[in-house]
Amino acid sequence: MGRGNFTTLLVFITAISLFPFIGSGSYVLTVGIFSGINALVAIGLCILMGYAGQVSLGQAGFYGIGAYVSAVISVKFGLPVIVCMAAGMAVAAGAAVVLAIPALRLKGHYLAVATLGFGEIIHVILNEWGLGGPSGFGDIPNFSLFGITVESASSFFYLVWGVVAVTAVFSFNLINSRNGRALRAIHDSETASNAMGVDVSVLKIKVFILSAVYAAFAGSLYAHYVTFISPASFSLFHSVLLLMMVIVGGITNIWGAIVGAVVITVLPELLKKFEEFDILVYGLILTLSLMFFRKGLVPLIIDKLQQRKGSGRA
Amino acid sequence: MLEIKNINKSFGGISALSDVSFNANEREIKAVIGPNGAGKTTLLHIISGIYPPDGGEVIWSGNKISGMSSVNIARKGISRTFQHVELFGHLTVLENVMIGRHMRTKAGFIASGLKLPFVGREERKIKAKSEEILDLVGLRNKEYELASTLPIGEERMLEIARALATEPQLLLLDEPASGLNEAETNALSVFITNLKTNLNLTIMLVEHDMGLVMNISDSIVVLDFGEKLAEGLPEDIRNNKLVIDAYLGDEDI
Repeated sequence: MGRGNFTTLLVFITAISLFPFIGSGSYVLTVGIFSGINALVAIGLCILMGYAGQVSLGQAGFYGIGAYVSAVISVKFGLPVIVCMAAGMAVAAGAAVVLAIPALRLKGHYLAVATLGFGEIIHVILNEWGLGGPSGFGDIPNFSLFGITVESASSFFYLVWGVVAVTAVFSFNLINSRNGRALRAIHDSETASNAMGVDVSVLKIKVFILSAVYAAFAGSLYAHYVTFISPASFSLFHSVLLLMMVIVGGITNIWGAIVGAVVITVLPELLKKFEEFDILVYGLILTLSLMFFRKGLVPLIIDKLQQRKGSGRA
Repeated sequence: MLEIKNINKSFGGISALSDVSFNANEREIKAVIGPNGAGKTTLLHIISGIYPPDGGEVIWSGNKISGMSSVNIARKGISRTFQHVELFGHLTVLENVMIGRHMRTKAGFIASGLKLPFVGREERKIKAKSEEILDLVGLRNKEYELASTLPIGEERMLEIARALATEPQLLLLDEPASGLNEAETNALSVFITNLKTNLNLTIMLVEHDMGLVMNISDSIVVLDFGEKLAEGLPEDIRNNKLVIDAYLGDEDI
């Protein structure tokens, strides 16, 4: 990662470390935790959409697979939570291959509809065959590692955002490598990529797997924090919210995915004072932000900073 | 050696190529000429695996490559440029060439994400080699500009640079002089000839600029309505009655 990103990362880590001291109370921390969980999915979606140019309206499906597989195995077999989470990610990776192979032939709207269908299939499966059916199930063990159980909201907050920070660094490294370059290349021209020996099909499958693993990781963290899950959390509505996060934050920027996840998660909480009109105001804010900040929040901020720097020098 | 054997291709009942056969020898510049719609680009697309042929075979260094995907054909040492420039517009000039190094390098997703030591070393080599190629085509001074901002002449040179970065043995050039002015075209002739002599490349060239074709080609194939009309040395083609009637016209060339 570059120096600009490194500085931003330091600011980011400081803000995260201090947050539990400022925003005390388990309600505020829980909103912070959900922001982090969403940020994890959004980073994967950002690489998939913003860099590789693929669309997914089914990301909640991978998120749900991660949550359900990890939760069911830990409840039924009592295996260590970390093993269950790994199983969730492995199953999601498998599902990504199953989705990606037919999706290789599709682009744009067609790919959007295919992934939407995938998300719905997962939702239906969880409703029909998931433990507890539509009403879900509880008593999922808390996250624990090496005998230490992470129960309190503040420690889980650090866990989730620690995972987000590590994932962000991993993702920046990936984006700034030959692989990131190839992902951007297939976004521009698949014909030329193939002709230059860049295997477009293999890359697409890999990037779908990557985004699925991030989403499943987030889903399993969710399950082991809330300790109760039901299919309603993994519906099309959640896929659309995830998409909103990436777009509002700025689709071609990993920081954008993180900022977008926080904004979209926190905003409804802030709007609760509008009572029954909250969803109306929420919709209005999102519509206006898409109209006026089309590139997303983070690219907008970067542009402003560069403008100021430019005029300062002049 | 590249062997084109009885290639047939039609689109929706319209025959684009019928029973076309010829060879291109190693370290030879082979030009493919003919009127618009003669099937020249279709032929290049078949050699590079963008289209499969309906019939016939393409043999490269003794191996059948027709029917293989364009990725695998690229890995066999065949690279190309495009008539309608297909650069990666959102990538810089340097990054476009670096994409050419992709198939010669191997860091995977996990190694790259973890930034293992060999990944950095490999990336530095990719960059050094790509800059060397940019020096060769004279675009080093624009390496950090977006490819989409280049004028057409430089776009065409960048496409050649990107293709060279894959270290091909066979280079397919689809109208490299199209949109170029006279000075650029002259520089291009010298450049292509140097590729043959210095890099030992076999070059297949589709081109309408007869000055360029006659100047640098070792031999020429003429296509007309998807059929091979003639094949021979530049001076034979220039004096061939059929070719003059179908394509060249009777002005002096």
